[in-house]
Amino acid sequence: MQPNRAYPGEKKWKGWLYVLPGLLVYLVFTFIPILETIRTSFYRWDGFSSEKIFVGLENYARLFTDNDFLRAFSHNLVFIIFYCLIPILIGLALASLLGRGKLPGMNFFRTVLFLPQVISMVVVGVIWRWIFNPTFGPLNLALRALGLGHLTRAWLGDFTLALPAVGSIATWVEYGFCMILFLAGMQRIPEEYYEASSLDGASRFQQLIHITIPSLRPEIVVAMITTIIAALRVFDLVYVTTRGGPGNSTLVAGIVIYRAAFLQNQTGYAAALATVLMLIILAISLLIRHFQSQTVELE
Amino acid sequence: MNKRWKALLPRYLLLTLFMLVVLIPISGAVLSAFKTDIEVIQGPFSLPETWRLDNFIQAWQLGRFNIFFKNSAIVAVAVVIVSVFLSILSGYAFGLLPLPGRKWLFPMILIGYMVPLEAVIIPLYQFMDLLHLRDTIWALILPQIGLSVSFGTLWMTSFFENAPQELIDASTIDGCNRWQTLWLVLWPLSGPSVTTLTVLIFMWTWNEFLLALVLVQDEALRTLPVGLAFFQGKYTANIPLLAAGALIVALPTVLIYIFFQRSFIQGMLGGSVKG
Repeated sequence: MQPNRAYPGEKKWKGWLYVLPGLLVYLVFTFIPILETIRTSFYRWDGFSSEKIFVGLENYARLFTDNDFLRAFSHNLVFIIFYCLIPILIGLALASLLGRGKLPGMNFFRTVLFLPQVISMVVVGVIWRWIFNPTFGPLNLALRALGLGHLTRAWLGDFTLALPAVGSIATWVEYGFCMILFLAGMQRIPEEYYEASSLDGASRFQQLIHITIPSLRPEIVVAMITTIIAALRVFDLVYVTTRGGPGNSTLVAGIVIYRAAFLQNQTGYAAALATVLMLIILAISLLIRHFQSQTVELE
Repeated sequence: MNKRWKALLPRYLLLTLFMLVVLIPISGAVLSAFKTDIEVIQGPFSLPETWRLDNFIQAWQLGRFNIFFKNSAIVAVAVVIVSVFLSILSGYAFGLLPLPGRKWLFPMILIGYMVPLEAVIIPLYQFMDLLHLRDTIWALILPQIGLSVSFGTLWMTSFFENAPQELIDASTIDGCNRWQTLWLVLWPLSGPSVTTLTVLIFMWTWNEFLLALVLVQDEALRTLPVGLAFFQGKYTANIPLLAAGALIVALPTVLIYIFFQRSFIQGMLGGSVKG
């Protein structure tokens, strides 16, 4: 008997009975809201009055001249360096240096390295705000203790440093995830590849470029999609550490949408921003799925 | 043996270094939670003179973390139980049952897993208002069930798709109907998949921030992460108190993570493979 086939005499719509309860909750509280966000994006609306004027693409046109949003989105792009690029490079370097051999006690290291992934971002933000605190934060205390007092900064209050400071928190959260993903993937690569290339005189670095990275392509793609999306949808971390400040120096798309929708009563415009963000994220997800199906074909 | 250790030592040093980068900020916060103000400034990583619980008591009572904890627990337990149950049912249908329209239904559910919360939060706010559910615990529970069912359905579908077909056929021959096959034959096999799904949904619900921030204004209904964010605004400089609050928020997910480590890591690596 094939899966998804009805037994002789069985009602064809039987599966719907099982899908229906979950589907209803999903439709009402997730899917219809998605459609409603798109619909709202074509209106000028303050969110509560009955005056809801259809304005076509006006909200989308405005987005391209909204310096706050453009600046915020450029910060999301900068965050891709901190969420994606640096963690993946650290992960690859570590995975290749650790190699494939079994390390006793690896379980313990893995547990700790993965820990930031399970902690609430609000908690992560609280911890790092303390570390970056200009007067009693451990970072500045340590710099002073090392005689590097001239390097102390108000990290999260500094117009140029706040963005990389918040970004480095994201790196702290993500690198363990990338590393463990790559180490898991490396168990799949046949040892003979490395042995043969060693005999041919390949260096560690050459092995990384020619064996490890190509073999880890599925894992790298997964790490990229997860971390790029995290960088684009970031909200909690920025909200807790800087609220987008000082000035607008750490503003991100999520904060702009939140402000427009719930503090400035520009619901229609906020919906347009949310739609754009959603489309970008969906496009990246689908692009990566496409790449993944390609890797399956290659194997 | 000696030679083996020589080869392993650099690897351990490297691992230890990167592990310390993770551990130092966390342990600093843990230590601070047991200290006085002055002790924290004197040495962020020194041990407290006495391990005081005052900060926890103060956060728990004065900071109302007792209420936030209760809210978070109610929301998380309700969301987890309902979402996992509904996901098992719908995953079963997608994986094994006749389901006309499966082709277009599946991507529709997939979308819910991929979109950011920003894509749903604005209408949800209006909608909850309309139903008079804003500022009730339902505003926190219902949307998160909707979002979790999306991932849960995908997750359980792949479990049921890979279930041994011979077993299903055998149970049919023995006279089980679809419902009985699910609960008598497949449910006992689903332990690892269901455990992973349970711990992931628990963690996501427990740590959820934006929905709880927007859909509930009443302080008495705040969840732990939102409570902590407001708490931080109020006690910016009181590090021991903040650290104690942060620890209360983090502890449940960390404990569950340590208990179900394997499920967690596999789920998060596997879950992202799907996305």
